[in-house]
Amino acid sequence: MITYVNGRPREVGAAERSKNLLAWLREDCDLTGTKNGCGIGACGACTVLVDGRPVRSCRRTVADAEGKRVLTIEGLAREDGGLHPLQQAFIDAGAVQCGFCTPGMVLTAHAFLLQHRNPSREQIRKAISGNLCRCTGYQQIIDAIEAAAPHYR
Amino acid sequence: MSEKHSAWRNDAAAKVTGRARYTDDLKFHGLLHAVPVYTDHVHARIRAIDTAAAQRSPGVVRVITASDVPGSVTFGQILRDYHMLADDKVRFNGDVAAVLVAETRERAIAAIPLVKIEAEELPPLLDPDEAMKPGAPLVHEGHGSNVVNHHVVRRGDAAAALARCDHVIEQEFRTQFIEHAYLEPETAVAVPRQDGVTEIYASMQHPFSTRRFVAALLGVPLADVEVRTVPMGGGFGGKDDTVSVVAARAALAARLTGRPVKMTYDREWSVRESYKRHPYRIKYRLGFSREGRMEACEVRVVADAGAYCSVTPWVTWRSTVQCCGPYDVPHVHCDVYGVYTNNVVTGAMRGFGSPQMNFAIEQLVEMAAEKCGISATAFRRKNMLRQGSVTITGQTLDTHTVSLEQALDSTLGQVDFHDKYKKCSLGRSESDELYGIGYAISYRGMSLGAEGMDFNAAVINVQFDGSILLEAAVHENGQGAESAMVLLCAEELGVSRERIRYRMPSTANIPDGGTTVASRGTIMGGGAVVNAARALKTKLAELLAPQLSCKPDDVRFKDDHIWGKDDSHTLAFGEAMHQLFLMQEYPYSFGTFKAPKVSWDEHTGQGNAYFTWVYGCQAVELTVNKKTGRVKLLNMAASHEVGRAVNPAMVLGQFYGGMAMGTGYALFEQIQHEKGKIQNTNFDRYRIPRATDLPEMTGLIIENADPLSPSGAKGVGEPTNELMAPAIANAVYNATGRRHFALPIRIEPEDRP
Ligand code: FES
Ligand code: FES
Repeated sequence: MITYVNGRPREVGAAERSKNLLAWLREDCDLTGTKNGCGIGACGACTVLVDGRPVRSCRRTVADAEGKRVLTIEGLAREDGGLHPLQQAFIDAGAVQCGFCTPGMVLTAHAFLLQHRNPSREQIRKAISGNLCRCTGYQQIIDAIEAAAPHYR
Repeated sequence: MSEKHSAWRNDAAAKVTGRARYTDDLKFHGLLHAVPVYTDHVHARIRAIDTAAAQRSPGVVRVITASDVPGSVTFGQILRDYHMLADDKVRFNGDVAAVLVAETRERAIAAIPLVKIEAEELPPLLDPDEAMKPGAPLVHEGHGSNVVNHHVVRRGDAAAALARCDHVIEQEFRTQFIEHAYLEPETAVAVPRQDGVTEIYASMQHPFSTRRFVAALLGVPLADVEVRTVPMGGGFGGKDDTVSVVAARAALAARLTGRPVKMTYDREWSVRESYKRHPYRIKYRLGFSREGRMEACEVRVVADAGAYCSVTPWVTWRSTVQCCGPYDVPHVHCDVYGVYTNNVVTGAMRGFGSPQMNFAIEQLVEMAAEKCGISATAFRRKNMLRQGSVTITGQTLDTHTVSLEQALDSTLGQVDFHDKYKKCSLGRSESDELYGIGYAISYRGMSLGAEGMDFNAAVINVQFDGSILLEAAVHENGQGAESAMVLLCAEELGVSRERIRYRMPSTANIPDGGTTVASRGTIMGGGAVVNAARALKTKLAELLAPQLSCKPDDVRFKDDHIWGKDDSHTLAFGEAMHQLFLMQEYPYSFGTFKAPKVSWDEHTGQGNAYFTWVYGCQAVELTVNKKTGRVKLLNMAASHEVGRAVNPAMVLGQFYGGMAMGTGYALFEQIQHEKGKIQNTNFDRYRIPRATDLPEMTGLIIENADPLSPSGAKGVGEPTNELMAPAIANAVYNATGRRHFALPIRIEPEDRP
């Protein structure tokens, strides 16, 4: 089978199909930006986008991504390596502390902003409510997402 | 909306792109994986550990037990009582009897059930009051008692004064075990180096403590262990002892196998084994006059230390010093005990002994105000510490700006408390929603105080092209410590921050600066950086004065240049460094900052406990649903004295994160023990605040540069996390007319008036 990771096709061997998607991304693809905070689908640190939708990779197998497009945090920056406006907004708003929730948070926000180009702060709050952050109290994360919204219009 | 400041961090780009490599992201050739083996027991005497079957399991390389330890199996920051591998007894359900080392993590986990532990059950001690009684069975036989420590404050004659008081309120409070819930669980990698040194990478907040634990277990000198820093996913005080023990076990596995070993905890292991915030049982008798003057206070605290000492004596010491809140109370009699039980270990957590006390005292003063028939704000103003006040431990507050009232006024003004208070329901409302607003204030001793050695070091190593390598003995826990060091260095040297690279320090190239806890990173590390920069400037001024045609005293540093007396003589910074190269002089400096002297008399509980203090006030508006008991937070505001805000956006990040964590403490979080075993070991059942649980927050920074801090800055990490529980409790009272004396606050629907 084939899956597309950050825009590149990737062959998946039979043995890998049943592997946990999070473990596969981190170990086999060396995409360690995706984090493991709970392993049971409760924290959102492992969020990646599959065909544009946020998915908890700790609760999926590689086979679940068959033929689909997987976007991890490493794939969000521009081709030339420049930061995506959402990433820049996280930096400017002071939304990054320990950074462990950040990849999952950024991807969740990215998927949300693609659908909601003019969101209220309340809508943003709801959108990220499945992603736990222990450091920031979410305030500056919401600031960041709000500030990035115009770039999606 | 929050106050906006554009933020800068040296590590933010790596973190938003996924490039930042945390410990578990590191890969090494020949890497083995280690996992812990727990027992089913809470308190038991170990008879035998049979590892033979596990040893034969496919992929298993080695099974390690206490009998393999070349050094000391026990260690600790204060008492050396922590059994890094259980040998004689199981003292709590998180004790580790063996470590399994295998080619893959899966193989290691598969072999866990094959380790057979034979043990004789002992009666578990789960209640600290019971454990304190004479004749109770002992958790540590060698300690002779279950009382870990006893601290006191004796000021005036509290018993006599209480007898004279117009009013005395007696009240008991209880707080719960809570989990730090850093998003990244404990993890460590140990690499046996060919020169005999063991190299450690770990998610820790105190590399030097980690090094001590590792060296103790291996039985080697400190110089034979090098602990390197990597990005880490949150600490909040919780990444000291436990992760140090994890690192020590990984190091032992690496030494015994000769290969690199990674030991990464899953969430369940982390919650089961890692230390928690102490639950307190607090009894107060507060005496005051009809006019609302606080006269006397009797306090007794019993803190559950769990199975090992960790830093219980230090945590409970802060509670002792701050037991009357930020008030002037002439007669105080305070006893605080830390007590061993067979519950999970308790230790450092953001706030460090103050969140429990503030929850109690900040409700007590409001109860007292009500008795006197005056407003809680008027009562506080009558009794609060001011410039030149003397604390309950006899310390005169005159070396810095005492900004307590400033913080109070700032927060109350921000939330329009005076008008909104009039709208509080106090249990009566036409609709289902009861409205309340509440607040709390505190003072907090900065850094370690009389609890420990308090000094720090920094190295500024300017390269001959003018670029700068900086390092300090503080640790980046995620709070932005490195960025603060860079900004202070840039400011002091008059250069742009882009010139400076913060070196990820290792224990092999910077002296031990103690732990990055106690909100001491900026004040202590920053102090060392500023002192190093000043020493460097003195040296440069002397060497360059002739070229700048002035006296060394007239040399100035600004705008990436070094200037003579008037602006006609100047050298670009890089050019100046080249001149030093030609002189064969190093633009290198080492700076230290030693905390000013503090004092403490253990028998009277009197002394200058901390060299400086900070002040804060937090307020919250909420509604309580009469039918469901559900609390909805509407708005939060905080004002905190920080001395000087080095990186304002990051300071505000500490405000918001602290308020959020305080909200969890107030309303949801609680480790549930069932006969000594923790039931809620993951985020599905241990609920930390989500974005939708929190309201918009406002942070107001108060700056009065502290003359005793070389940078003027103080700390902010913990003060922000010690006030939201009492603020919420007071707001809930103002909404429902009922007080809650236990955490977390649970409002039963029948609480409906
Ligand atoms: S690691 Fe997948 S949701 Fe927490
Ligand atoms: S920044 Fe640390 S968990 Fe979100």
